[in-house]
Amino acid sequence: MFYREAGDFSTTYPQDSQTFPIRFDRYRYYAVLVIAFAVVPFIINDYWLNAIFLPFLIYSIAAIGLNILVGYCGQVSLGTGGFMAVGAYSCYKFMTGVDIWLMGADGQMIQYALPPINIFFSVILAGLVTAAVGVLFGLPSLRIKGFYLAVATLAAQFFLVWLFNKWEWAYNYSASGQINAPTRGFLGVDVTGPATEAWATYLFCLMFVIGSAVLARNLTRGSVGRKWMAIRDMDIAAEIIGVNPLRAKLSAFAVSSFFVGVSGALFFSVYLGAVEVGEAFGIQKSFLVLFMIIIGGLGSIFGSFAGAAFMVLLPVLLKNTLVGTLGWPTDLAAHIEFIIVGALIVVFLILEPHGLAQLWRVAKEKLRLWPFPY
Amino acid sequence: MKDTVESFQTPDGRTIGGVMMEMKHITLRFGGVVAIKDISFDIREGEIRAIIGPNGAGKSSMLNVISGFYHPQEGEVWFHGSRRPSMKPFQVARQGIARTFQNIALFEGMSVLDNVMTGRLTQMKTGMMAQAIWWGKAEKEETENREKVEKVIDFLEIQHIRKTPVGRLPYGLKKRVELARALAAEPKLLLLDEPMAGMNVEEKEDMSRFILDVNDEFGTTIALIEHDMGVVMDLSDRVVVMDYGKKIGDGSPDEVRNNQDVIDAYLGVAHD
Repeated sequence: MFYREAGDFSTTYPQDSQTFPIRFDRYRYYAVLVIAFAVVPFIINDYWLNAIFLPFLIYSIAAIGLNILVGYCGQVSLGTGGFMAVGAYSCYKFMTGVDIWLMGADGQMIQYALPPINIFFSVILAGLVTAAVGVLFGLPSLRIKGFYLAVATLAAQFFLVWLFNKWEWAYNYSASGQINAPTRGFLGVDVTGPATEAWATYLFCLMFVIGSAVLARNLTRGSVGRKWMAIRDMDIAAEIIGVNPLRAKLSAFAVSSFFVGVSGALFFSVYLGAVEVGEAFGIQKSFLVLFMIIIGGLGSIFGSFAGAAFMVLLPVLLKNTLVGTLGWPTDLAAHIEFIIVGALIVVFLILEPHGLAQLWRVAKEKLRLWPFPY
Repeated sequence: MKDTVESFQTPDGRTIGGVMMEMKHITLRFGGVVAIKDISFDIREGEIRAIIGPNGAGKSSMLNVISGFYHPQEGEVWFHGSRRPSMKPFQVARQGIARTFQNIALFEGMSVLDNVMTGRLTQMKTGMMAQAIWWGKAEKEETENREKVEKVIDFLEIQHIRKTPVGRLPYGLKKRVELARALAAEPKLLLLDEPMAGMNVEEKEDMSRFILDVNDEFGTTIALIEHDMGVVMDLSDRVVVMDYGKKIGDGSPDEVRNNQDVIDAYLGVAHD
């Protein structure tokens, strides 16, 4: 009744393979877009921005990235935090101007600083740098699978965090070892720095989120996505139908790391503004994003959003209920919050191991027939 | 049927061409175990070639040599008149050799349509950037390949399960989907590893009809391993018989049936 596919006929193959083949889904998607672009910016304030919208949007990009690698290509990675750090630090270098050493004509080394790059392009370049690093750390995947690969990517996590702690060039030799995002604007509006408007940063991130989701969806529905899924489901059979496992796996690492890098860049420049690598991009971040895609649903773009929303909203919701409504002391609430979130994750995974995306699919099946039983 | 003959007619009127693939003195060892010992045979264009033998005879190993999973220690594989260098399976696939597996090797997490579409991967060339944007080239290529795939789906009569995840299908249909995936690649040579294992008589008849139709309509050369002698004798033009890694017979079904070595291998020999 509310959700119908009756009377919706695809008469061409492009129509049949579009992202939302059912009219109802399509309209709902447009409605969400309109609200996100035309309503939210006018009512958003700093609290909603920093507590909910920015983390949700930025983690969504990271979750989409990791989902491509884990959910679509079946390569487990625990290096997300490290790759986000690569994105953050390279974004920092690009927006402050990369200084490189060049060999002068007389054989002397001269320092040459590239001019600072616009924040929009800095974020994209940061994604590309991360993609390259991701490919490098993806090389072991050609030999090892599953848990063993997870351990190998764990090495990436610890190595990258260590690197950005020790490598002074990466944080422009600042005394604190931190990186601070200078004020930068996009299309004449400040999006980084201390004095930004809520709507501006929100729209800036939203743009990247929509872009990432569309690109990821297009990649996963075409032949590249089929190669990844073939490798995930049965690598021997994938090889026999002509998939080059080396290229398929490394391309998954590259695309995945690109999105993770973009999210790391935004996390640093737009959301936090100042970052100390071990704190912001430690192993907890890797696990957080991994939980998001497991809870949201592996191999689903919608699941990435659902998982990010779940993991961002749940703590906020609990905190507001426990402290705000029930009036518990903050420290007690903080600990109880951990217990409840953890317990919910366990309960949830037992009840629906395929995540929120599967829950949504089941709901759609039910809605198709509602109010009749079959 | 002499090797020197370029092409000839079968009794049922099909034309069988020259030699497409030739295995020359293949020997494959796993440590001390000799899986294949000095075997030579050829596969001609347009024919249905069966490889039979008791369990453990090395039939599947032979297919794995052809499709590039195993690399024989000795011997050469000739394809289309030139010696094939040592190749990885995906390179073999790009030469136009497709196969199915003894125990189904489908992509369980994907729909039937996606599974069959993976068969077209060797033909799909658009780069990642074009696909990420989707408009234009990537979409056009997807549609063209989808049309080809739909023909295969029609041919094998699996239209009704197009969007069903493969994991939910019964065994017989899975076997058919796997054949569809191999056919979607429009192979020159199709390798079938026990296409009828575990099927009932009706399903076997269906599958036999599909194999004959594939050979007839697309002119695909087929090499198959099968244990059901009735099926093998009815379908194939020529039969290779293996036992303990050695070739003990080669020829038309009738020749093989009357070969004393073959009878001994299958029925046993009285030791006196």
